[in-house]
Amino acid sequence: MTDDASGVPPEPEPAAGSGASTPEPASESVTAPAPATATGPPEGGGRQRLDRAVLDAIVHGSSTVVTTLAIILALVLGALIIAFSDTTVLHAWSRFFRHPGVAISAAWDAIAAAYSAMFEGAIFDPHTISAAFHGGSVGAIFYPLSETASQATPLVLTGLAVALAFRAGLFNIGAASQWIGGAIVATYLGFAVSLPIVIHAIVCLIGGFAGGAVMGWLVGLLKARTGAHEVIVTIMLNYVMYDFLSYLLGTPTALQLPHQANLTSPIIASSAQLPHVGGPPPQVGVGFLVALVAAAGMWWLLERSTVGFEFRTVGANPSAARTAGMSVPRTWILAMLLAGGLAGLSGAVTIQGTFYSLNFQSYGTYGIDGITVALLGRARPLGVVLAALLFGALSTGGTVMEAATSVPVDITEVIEGLIVLFVAAPLFIRAVFRLREARVGGLGAVAKGWNG
Amino acid sequence: MTALATVTPTAATINRKWLAGGTLIAFGLLDILLFGLFSHKGDATFAFSISGAKVNVPNLNVAAGPTAYLLGALSVLIGIGRMTIIESPVLKRLSIGLVLFFFIISMLVWSDTGSWASGVPVNVVVLLQNTLTDSIPLILGALAGCMGERAGVINIAIEGQLLLGAFTAAVVASAVGVLWLGLVSGTLAGGLVGAMLALFAIRYFVDQIILGVVINLLISGLTGYLYDRLLVPDANTYNSAATYGPLKVPGLGDIPILGPILFDSTIFLYLTYAAIIAVQVGLFNTRWGLRVRAVGEHPTAADTVGIRVLWTRYRNLILGGMLAGIGGAYLTIGSVGTFSKDMSSGLGYIALAAMIFGRWTPLGGTGAALLFGFAEALQSFLGSISVPISPFILGMAPYVATIIAVAGLVGRVRAPAADGQPYVRA
Repeated sequence: MTDDASGVPPEPEPAAGSGASTPEPASESVTAPAPATATGPPEGGGRQRLDRAVLDAIVHGSSTVVTTLAIILALVLGALIIAFSDTTVLHAWSRFFRHPGVAISAAWDAIAAAYSAMFEGAIFDPHTISAAFHGGSVGAIFYPLSETASQATPLVLTGLAVALAFRAGLFNIGAASQWIGGAIVATYLGFAVSLPIVIHAIVCLIGGFAGGAVMGWLVGLLKARTGAHEVIVTIMLNYVMYDFLSYLLGTPTALQLPHQANLTSPIIASSAQLPHVGGPPPQVGVGFLVALVAAAGMWWLLERSTVGFEFRTVGANPSAARTAGMSVPRTWILAMLLAGGLAGLSGAVTIQGTFYSLNFQSYGTYGIDGITVALLGRARPLGVVLAALLFGALSTGGTVMEAATSVPVDITEVIEGLIVLFVAAPLFIRAVFRLREARVGGLGAVAKGWNG
Repeated sequence: MTALATVTPTAATINRKWLAGGTLIAFGLLDILLFGLFSHKGDATFAFSISGAKVNVPNLNVAAGPTAYLLGALSVLIGIGRMTIIESPVLKRLSIGLVLFFFIISMLVWSDTGSWASGVPVNVVVLLQNTLTDSIPLILGALAGCMGERAGVINIAIEGQLLLGAFTAAVVASAVGVLWLGLVSGTLAGGLVGAMLALFAIRYFVDQIILGVVINLLISGLTGYLYDRLLVPDANTYNSAATYGPLKVPGLGDIPILGPILFDSTIFLYLTYAAIIAVQVGLFNTRWGLRVRAVGEHPTAADTVGIRVLWTRYRNLILGGMLAGIGGAYLTIGSVGTFSKDMSSGLGYIALAAMIFGRWTPLGGTGAALLFGFAEALQSFLGSISVPISPFILGMAPYVATIIAVAGLVGRVRAPAADGQPYVRA
């Protein structure tokens, strides 16, 4: 969508949606001039705003081909890092000229061990099949997948939080603070209030959404009323909320588990916990379903509703939106409110579905990972879900890999960073893989647009 | 455009005058209601010398309650003045500074007279010494930001530059055993991150904010990985660097009060002085700086008169990265000697905020960085006399202050016009 950034409000495009429903040839032609539009508007675009460029980078940034190549390149670089930080491999390579075969096979062994452990931990472990034939559990076959889905759940929601803001032209780095806002409310409602079984869980989810929404609303309000840039405000709010959470978790009268020195909250009531459904395994957490519903809801909001149209218009061209009679500040505030709510929901789902108590282990890195997920998913609901599943698989597999091969799990962070870096740099990927430029002329247009 | 502080047409919806004045009055009321009404009996003591100083400056004793009331009343007056008569920008900034200063004094007086302090004086010299050392990575990071953004490239990767600088300095100094090699390699590592930022921003047109965030993630992952893989198993070889000791400047170091604060520190503080002067004078008083700013404001015009736009941007980002790399090296070989995971812990982002706070100028950024450094030093001082305020609440203060500042208490800030925009010759 919004290819026509030339100062005209974009037409609503019914089918462009999540990219899934777009016919193949059309999608190809939309994404082909990616590098050109990725960095700037076509000519005549007038004075360009960075927010707009961010949106362009996400929305037009990369075709499926570039994304796939980016993932492959990141995995290859990750493999090199794994191999050449292994002392056995380094030792073998120091004698490369005497035994080149040994050196290469040592490197290969290190990489294969790490990546196969990662694959087995995240997706599917062949041993479980043979075990199932010998009286083992059939459910164990699906255990890695359900772990991946469980890891992906909070990432889907924080990813959506960043993506929704992107579509309205805002860069929401504050998913971490909004996560905390939601988690605090959900946890408090979870252990301090007693309600009937289903209602309790729903109340906690709503509370989590509200807690995050307040944080997001604050950012939108500050931007709309005072012009404070959301990037700085959200970065600062992340620190404020982190300290605030530490304070609450360290104060017995607030959230801290009584008679406990650790920074941790009490465990929430069982009525507030989200069950798993579809059991016996394979089973999936209700939280994952909540995340999928949220993704579907965001798709509907963006592609089918008036509000979503305003979001996209403001994101594409605030001046045009203003001219068309839309209230840009109101849109910013609403978009940040909803984005914050999604991140808050992520906090609620993490507590209610996985950890059952709030502490810095459950806090994790979902907020900052939401940015990478949204970027990789190109700010589309479906893309975000797929990207979250990929990153969920990487982190689930990474933990198994660390246990099996002593390769530190941090390598997954490197791989994720590389993937997103390459996805954001389609020109780089094209250069590395010697892809033919789709339309070289596009670059000229970039220059004019940026400086126009 | 848009750099980090967008000016929106709707911004006039709030009356800045009332907002700013109201905030100042609120601070004054806090002085009175919090530190005045709840004041303790007795005097607070401020000490101005450290042990072993050649000249001893006498301590200063002030009564807690009256001080808080007086300073609070003055702050309220200033706030009323800000709403009514104060118009000049200099006075506006001065009023903010004064009110903040009064607030801190009231708080210190209140803290020092509490029963928990058991008569330990507030040592102003030590407090300010810590302020300067805590500010070193922030100042260098803010200067790195200035170098990039004045040339038109947003540098959010300061965090990554600090972290890789810290990592490399510790590993090299530890493995080779030569301290200055650690400093040099840490500097180069920061420059390397700057070069990477430049390459992807300039050559591959990656959005610069996204790029910075991603580079930070990448370096956090990479250093974390190498830490677990190499540094933890073999800490004696790779992670036990020596550290630079303090270096007293002869003569100047013996000046009462100022000497120990300014001229009795590690080489990093002196490097920071040099960097501040070099960047400030370089950017605003030399032909080189004029060209850099031209590239940041209007690259097409700069190109037309023969300035090499892309080269200027590459060079500035690499030089800026090297400055941040020095700041990173300070974190390991300038203070603790060992690297730990994610040890820059957000300092890079605070340096970024300091640069914006300081309106994209080296001196302004330095001032803001000092403010953050002071907040940190104050927090550890209050912790050391076990003031009954949660350290986490104190820790929030600088971030809340930044939000208030960005939201307009300091007034509108304007980024270089071409900040964040890639340049392609038409």
